[in-house]
Amino acid sequence: MRGLSHIAELEAESIHIIREVAAEFQKPVMLYSIGKDSQVMLHLARKAFHPAPLPFPLLHVDTTWKFREMISFRDSYVKQMGHQLIVHTNHKAVADGINPFDTTSQKYTWAMKTQALLEVLAERGFDAAMGGARRDEERSRAKERVFSFRDKNGVWDPKNQRPELWSLYNARVDRGENMRVFPLSNWTELDVWNYVLTEKLPVVPLYFAAERPVVVRDGNLIMVDDERMRLKAGEKPVTKRVRFRTLGCYPLSGAIESSAKNVREIIEEMQASRASERQGRMIDHDEDASMELKKREGYF
Amino acid sequence: MELLRLAVVGSVDDGKSTLIGRLLFETGSLFEDQIAAVKKASKQNGCDLDFSLFTDGLKAEREQAITIDVAYRYFGTDKRRFIIVDTPGHVQYTRNMATGASRADAAVVLIDARYGLQQQTRRHAYLLRLLGIDRLAVAINKMDLVGFERARFESIKRDFEAFVAPLKFARVDFFPISASGGDNVCATSANTPWSETGTILQYLERVAPGSGSEGAPLRFPVQTVLRPHLDYRGFAGQLVAGSVKPGDEVLVLPAGRKAKVKAVDTYEGEVGRAVAPQSVTVRLTEEVDVSRGDVLVSVSEPATVARELEANLVWLSDAPLELAKPYLVKQGTRTTPAKVTALHGRVDLESLSEVPANSLSANDIGRVSVECSRPLVVDVYTRVRSTGAFIVIDPLSNATVAAGMVTRAAKTSGDVGAVTADERFTRLGHRGAVVRARDAAAATRLERRLFEAGIVAAVVATVEIASAFEKAGVVAVVVDSAAKELDVESLLTSLR
Repeated sequence: MRGLSHIAELEAESIHIIREVAAEFQKPVMLYSIGKDSQVMLHLARKAFHPAPLPFPLLHVDTTWKFREMISFRDSYVKQMGHQLIVHTNHKAVADGINPFDTTSQKYTWAMKTQALLEVLAERGFDAAMGGARRDEERSRAKERVFSFRDKNGVWDPKNQRPELWSLYNARVDRGENMRVFPLSNWTELDVWNYVLTEKLPVVPLYFAAERPVVVRDGNLIMVDDERMRLKAGEKPVTKRVRFRTLGCYPLSGAIESSAKNVREIIEEMQASRASERQGRMIDHDEDASMELKKREGYF
Repeated sequence: MELLRLAVVGSVDDGKSTLIGRLLFETGSLFEDQIAAVKKASKQNGCDLDFSLFTDGLKAEREQAITIDVAYRYFGTDKRRFIIVDTPGHVQYTRNMATGASRADAAVVLIDARYGLQQQTRRHAYLLRLLGIDRLAVAINKMDLVGFERARFESIKRDFEAFVAPLKFARVDFFPISASGGDNVCATSANTPWSETGTILQYLERVAPGSGSEGAPLRFPVQTVLRPHLDYRGFAGQLVAGSVKPGDEVLVLPAGRKAKVKAVDTYEGEVGRAVAPQSVTVRLTEEVDVSRGDVLVSVSEPATVARELEANLVWLSDAPLELAKPYLVKQGTRTTPAKVTALHGRVDLESLSEVPANSLSANDIGRVSVECSRPLVVDVYTRVRSTGAFIVIDPLSNATVAAGMVTRAAKTSGDVGAVTADERFTRLGHRGAVVRARDAAAATRLERRLFEAGIVAAVVATVEIASAFEKAGVVAVVVDSAAKELDVESLLTSLR
C-alpha cells in the first residue's frame, strides 16, 4: 500500500515527466493554451523546479480567433508569474484569408494550429514540446504515449509507437525530429478541476457561468465575442447564462447553459452531467476518427 | 482515495474490450454522447450496444475489430481510482502487452469459457509474473455460452492452477463472468449461485497492489540539480522506493560517499518526511558531487553498483538482437553505452522452458548478460522494480528495442568489499525484515509459518537484535504487545 492519494500520485508522476523533459532535451518548450489543463501543467512545472525558474519558455499558438478574455488572461497571468512566453501565428494563412467561417474546420485547424505549431517548432529548433492533453479526452488520445515521437514532418504513426515501459522514457530524437510530451496523460477532467480547486489556481472566467451573447448554430451555442462574428441570415444574438467546458477559437467553441459560478459548482455540475467535454468542440466532429487523422498530420 | 493500475490481458476475442467497456458503463464513467456514438456504431454492426466499441480507439482497430495498441482508460468508485491498461491479445503485439503490464499493480486475465486455456493465456500469465505482478484475477468469460455450467468453470480453473503453480503467484482468484451480459462484473449474477468469489469490481476495490517494492529501502535517482543561486543546491527526483527525512544518512552511488540529508523540499516548503512515489528535492549537508544519474540510497541496504548484469530481456524490435552491437541502456536516470555479451537462452513460450538460441526476435524473451560502459546503480528486479528495470535503445535508429529486468548484478571492482543486501537477497531468496507479534505464542506461530514458506526466520528478544538480523537478510520476529494483526500473505509478498 503506497499511502498517497491518487492526486498526489498523479502530481508526482507529472513532475517526474516534466523534469525528464528538461534534463533529456536540448531545447524543450511548454505549450500554453490558456485553458484549465495548461494552468495545471504550468503549475506542476513550477513545482518541478522550485525554487529555480522554469528552464524552458512557454509557447502559445495563436489563431487570432481566441476569446478576448483568454488573451487578456494570458498576458496578465504570464507577466505576473514572470515566465517567458512566445506567441506564434501563421500569418501567411491569415493573409491568405483562412478563417473559421469560410474555411472548412479541417483546413482551418490544419493551417492555424497544426501548420503554425510545426512552423514555430522548426523555426526555433525546439526538440520537445509539452502539451496538456489527457488520455481521457478522446479515443485516439487514449492510445498515445507520454513521450510521443514525431518524425521530420511532425507525423504521428499510431501503429508504430515506441514501446514505453515503467517510467523509463526514451527521449532520443534526431535533428529535425521532435517529441510531444504529455505530462497530464493520466489525469481526468475531474482530477484537473479538483486540482484547480485545491491548489487555488486562477482560470479564465469563461469557464464560469455568466450572461453572454450567443447564437444557436447547428445545435451549438456560439458566443458572439467580437465584431468579426458573422451572423447567418435569421441569426440573432440572445443573452444566455452560459459557460465553456473547453476553450478554443470562439466561433468553434460551443457553450453550455449553466449556473456554475465557481470551481466547486463546476465540479458538482460535472459529476451530475452526462456529456463529455469535447462535445462542444466542433473541430472533433468533422468525421469519424477525425482526431486521429489530425494527429497523424501533426496536430497536438 | 488511492490509485490502482490494472492490466487486462487475454487471447484474441476473449472479450477484454467488452469487459472494460462494461466496467466503464456500469460505474457511470461514460458520457451520454459517447454512449450515443457507440449505440449508433453498434446498430451498423447489428446489435444494441457493443461494449467493446467504447475502448477500440484507432481506425485500423475498428476496421479489423481487434485491439492493436495499448489503450488507457480511467474510472473510479467511491473506494478507488483505476487506470486500466487495455492490452492487445495478438501474438505480434506481445511487446505492447509488456508495455501495458510494466507499471501495473494487478491484472485480470480473460479466458473464453468455450475454449479454455490458450497458448496466449499461458504467455500472458508468464509475462505478467516476469514483469513483477504477483496476484491475478482470472475471469472465465462468456459463461452464458456454456450455460453457466459450474463443471466447465471448475475444469478451466484446475487447468489454470496446474499451469501457474510453478510461476509462484502470491494469489490467484477465479471469477465466472459474462462481460456482454454483465454477470459478476459489477453485479453478482443470479446465473452462478454456486460462485463464492463475488464480482470483478469488488475484487478490484480490495486487491492489495502487489508491485513488490513495498517496504523496500530508499532509492532516489537524481533527475536534475537545481541551483537557482549560490546558496541553494538541491537534487530533484522521484522517490522510487523507501522514504527520506532530514537527518538521514544516505549513500550517494555509484561514488559510494556518505552524506546527511539537510532538508527535503517541495513547492509547499520543507517536509518532515517524503515517501515513494513522491517527487521532491533533497539537499545534503556536505558539499558532495552529485549529478543526474546518481542515486541516493539507504546506507544499511544499499543498491549494487555494477557494470555487468544478468537480466531477462523482452525483445521489442523487429530488428533482432545482435551480440556485441553497441546499444544504449537507460536505467533510472542514467543512460550508458552497453553491449549484450551473451545470450544464455530463450524462453520457449510453448513449454515455458529455456532453450538455446543465437538471437532474439520481436516478442521473444531471453536471458542475457549485459556489459555497460558506465556503472549502474541497480537492484534485482523482483526486489525493487524501478531500479531493477531498464530499456535498451538502438543508438542509430533511436528505437526502444528491448525491456530488461535485472536478475543478478556483479559488483564493479575487483575489491570484494562488504556483502551487499542484493547479494544476500540473491543467496536467500528474500530480504530481511523486523516483524512484530502480539505475544510469544503468536511469535512462535509466525516463525513456523515463515519457516515453512522457505524464509529464514527466528524469534529474537530485542529490537536491537532484530535489526542486526534484518541487516543479515534474516526475518526477525519480536514480541510487541502493541503489534497489529499481520497479513502473512502480504508479508511474504513483500519479502520476495
